[in-house]
Amino acid sequence: MKPFTYERAESPAAAARAAARPGARFIAGGTNLLDLMKLRIETPRHLIDVNRLGLDRIEPTEDGGLRIGALVRNTDLAADRRVRRDYAVLSRALLAGASGQLRNKATTAGNLLQRTRCPYFYTTTMPCNKREPGSGCSAIDGFSRGLAILGTGAACIATHPSDMAVAMRVLDARVDTVAADGTRRSIPVADLHRLPGDTPHIETVLAPGELILSVTLPPPAGGTHLYRKVRDRASYAFALVSVAAVFGTDGTARFAFGGLAPKPWRAEAADAVAAQGPQAVAETVLAGATTTRHTAFKTDLTRRTLAAVYADAGRG
Amino acid sequence: MRFDQPATTNPIDRGRVVGVPHDRIDGPAKVTGTAPYAYERHDAAPDAAYGWIVGSAIARGRITAIDTRAAEAAPGVLGVVTHENAGPLGKGRFNTAHLLGGPAIEHYDQALALVVAETLEQARDAAALVRIDCVAEEGRFDLAAGIDGAEVPGPFFGKDPDSAAGDFDAAFAAAPVKVDQTYTTPDHSHAMMEPHATTALWADGRLTLWTSNQMVAWTVGEVARTLNMPPENIRLVSPYVGGGFGAKLFLRADALMAALGARHVGRPVKVALARPQVPNNTVHRPATIQRVRIGADRNGVIDAIAHESWSGNLPGGNVEMAAMQTRLLYGGRNRLTRHRIAALDLPEGNSMRAPGEAVGMLALEVAMDELAEACGVDPVELRIRNDVAYDPEAGPDRPFSSRPFVDCLRRGAERFGWSRRNPTPGRVRDGRWLVGMGMAAAFRGNQMSRSAARVGVDGRGTVTVETDMTDIGTGTYTILAQTAAETLGVPLEAVRVHLGDSRFPVAAGSGGQWGANSAASGVYAACMTLREALAQKAGFNAGDAVFENGAIVAGNRSVPIADVAGREGVWVEDAIEFGDLDKTYAQGTFGAHFCEVGVDAYTGEIRVRRMVGAFAAGRILNPKSARNQIIGAMTMGVGAALMEELVVDTRHGYFVNHDLAEYHVPVHADIPDQDVLFIEELDDKSSPLKAKGVGELGICGAGAAVANAVHNACGVRIRAYPLTLDKVLRGLGAVT
Repeated sequence: MKPFTYERAESPAAAARAAARPGARFIAGGTNLLDLMKLRIETPRHLIDVNRLGLDRIEPTEDGGLRIGALVRNTDLAADRRVRRDYAVLSRALLAGASGQLRNKATTAGNLLQRTRCPYFYTTTMPCNKREPGSGCSAIDGFSRGLAILGTGAACIATHPSDMAVAMRVLDARVDTVAADGTRRSIPVADLHRLPGDTPHIETVLAPGELILSVTLPPPAGGTHLYRKVRDRASYAFALVSVAAVFGTDGTARFAFGGLAPKPWRAEAADAVAAQGPQAVAETVLAGATTTRHTAFKTDLTRRTLAAVYADAGRG
Repeated sequence: MRFDQPATTNPIDRGRVVGVPHDRIDGPAKVTGTAPYAYERHDAAPDAAYGWIVGSAIARGRITAIDTRAAEAAPGVLGVVTHENAGPLGKGRFNTAHLLGGPAIEHYDQALALVVAETLEQARDAAALVRIDCVAEEGRFDLAAGIDGAEVPGPFFGKDPDSAAGDFDAAFAAAPVKVDQTYTTPDHSHAMMEPHATTALWADGRLTLWTSNQMVAWTVGEVARTLNMPPENIRLVSPYVGGGFGAKLFLRADALMAALGARHVGRPVKVALARPQVPNNTVHRPATIQRVRIGADRNGVIDAIAHESWSGNLPGGNVEMAAMQTRLLYGGRNRLTRHRIAALDLPEGNSMRAPGEAVGMLALEVAMDELAEACGVDPVELRIRNDVAYDPEAGPDRPFSSRPFVDCLRRGAERFGWSRRNPTPGRVRDGRWLVGMGMAAAFRGNQMSRSAARVGVDGRGTVTVETDMTDIGTGTYTILAQTAAETLGVPLEAVRVHLGDSRFPVAAGSGGQWGANSAASGVYAACMTLREALAQKAGFNAGDAVFENGAIVAGNRSVPIADVAGREGVWVEDAIEFGDLDKTYAQGTFGAHFCEVGVDAYTGEIRVRRMVGAFAAGRILNPKSARNQIIGAMTMGVGAALMEELVVDTRHGYFVNHDLAEYHVPVHADIPDQDVLFIEELDDKSSPLKAKGVGELGICGAGAAVANAVHNACGVRIRAYPLTLDKVLRGLGAVT
């Protein structure tokens, strides 16, 4: 761990201003950042503790949606009565992630911004374009079981590890931020994460110092909410494939996917063929998939997981 | 005390303390955080500096230059140890690669330097500033590619790599029913809770190591050989070990580098491996490729059986003896086992819980399931038909000392409800789950080893046991206290046990499931000698005296042992020495695993639903900790079956998934109901306690029962462990 300075921010605006310092990083739950600092994968020179900013409430919005403070802990969000009633897919996704101890610490914004668990990203002796731009990708011809098959490129096949973000994607959530100059904006969660392209080390559209204040969910859409996570053990493992699904009462459905892409993945074209059943959805989503010898099974697994989701929804 | 005749009736047979379930006597210290572990000896070695190991970034090659100046100039740094300034180092007998590398580099993450600083963070930060230039050389990292050039290894702990009886080839060719399959098991990591850790202190040329180690005396010898110093100048203290599973049998880099670091900076130094360093810096269970051939008649009676295993290791390293159980478990006149070793440049392979059998049973017991299927014989019945009362290689002249294998099979089957199994795969469905049942035998050899102890009693009647035996989470403290209490006729609460200090008499140590039986027998021997000393002092004839309720009793006379001990107390030392009963008799521990799994018909996910195991391991000294051992081992068996795999990057020669997020072991959600049944057995040829080991038996066969249940559930036979869902999906039909 490189030496760093530390401050506790007293207001969102002050935090965003402080973050303009070179090498500054926000810290909230620290469940990912501290590990990365110990490995010198993240080497912030200045840490801004945002835990006391009061962004820890879940409030209704004027249009009947829900605003989730950036610092709401995953445990609290999953247990919230309104979330469980109106956005069950989100509650289910949260509870499928990490462990109870981690969920007690991890925050809403931090979860969105967590970094990939690609094993080569974590092995600092090996090339990784995300960790060390231009050094190469060790994963494409290496151990890639957990990695992505959609939205990847020649520079990187890392997955975004979040379950929560997949549910937020299917719910069309928006991310509310404040920039260092005080400007506020609202970003669809669909646009928050970037695909790797030639710059896999740039993972979001957030500007340096831009602080997430909250995540806003639109008014409840009703329907049947499911989150199916397929993994190598029963708990405490990242998704090989996960599907967040909301089945409407009118025969429509929408899906988002985890474990398949560098960001929470959604294909609106796939939603359009939902009435045709899981195979049609799968073929649409998987069009353009690029697999390695370790990820080849993910196409079949995606098809089968979708079939399981349809069956669970009573549409099988 | 020499044990070379079968045991007769003795004080242990009273069974008042031994054989009765007891809580761990060390439990309160552990749960209150007052049991000091190796990295926490602030009390004994205050002001310790922190060492951080710099590992090799390449698997094989040579160091051309080391520049430590930037690291040495970093804040808080007290010094940097490398092969250039460490002084001449010898090499231990048990480690294959050097624990401090350079100039030759033998494996990835081999220790090449130690940075010592005032704080852990400073040491870790400065470690990144140590510049090591190397020239990489081509290495061999792929076992499958290496087996063509595999060689015959030397004997392993006295066991020959090959064995044969009868004419296997002819009998196999003539057999009406044949199984000929190849199974693979990957490299496994011990994944114990406490990583390797040591605090080292030098004073007047004498070295003290507070370390986490299973084998105190072995390791003192290894330190002496490595540092070229007399063993009497080394003290090794390892009273509490947070799990080892074989990873801590020997001297490892944490202890050596702590010693070198402490000498270099003239202060106590402590070194713990970070979790990601454990798989590549230390040791692992080597991967195997195993071919099993069984020829039987149509009733499943075996006439020919062959088990061949290939594994890899660094040149000079040991072979994984995966075919050992096949020499003893089933009958059949025509037999063959064979082990071959391929030179690999991966990190060092070495012992992990039940070396040999743990992976050997993963192959043999699936092959038996395949034989059962081929013959149309129930898998339990098949094993009963092939039971054998003697060592089948040596013949009837070498009977088993005791072999309640069939009891284990029958009683386990009954407890599990085996009769409800549908033998046709894929026929039982519970919602989205395809449900199956499988079983496998459990077998692990019984080894004994000389073990000494010092025992004393004081004027208050408190009994103290001292031995360098270790408790690696197994419950040793408690069984040694039980043994002393039973033998001396005092309550358990009157016994104090001190372990893991090289100043104490040399015990068997913890390994090969020999620890409990050997060390408890050592304590028994010392207690019997103490009885004689006390009886003599009190004027009793030791042969007539009974020790009970804290007193020596003979005829009408009863004298409290506290009074006999007096203010000065009475201390004795003795050891158990084993004769050749293990040569006259084949000895082993037996069991039967039963498992029910669900296989998700959509996703191929496998989830264990319940497990039952029935085991025979002689007298069960403490049924509570023995059950604990078995359950832990069964859980490890589930891990081996379903998820554990160190993934080799064959380009770079290292294990990629080197932390507990990526190297999966079962979590609580993976382990449902487990039921353990002990079959009553007293093995009078094993030890005076008539006990055997139980620490490894539970893993042997557990994974095969899972694999066989998966086949019964969905009809997919997977012969490459672990049974991950992608392998299931390849054989599973389309979703219906």
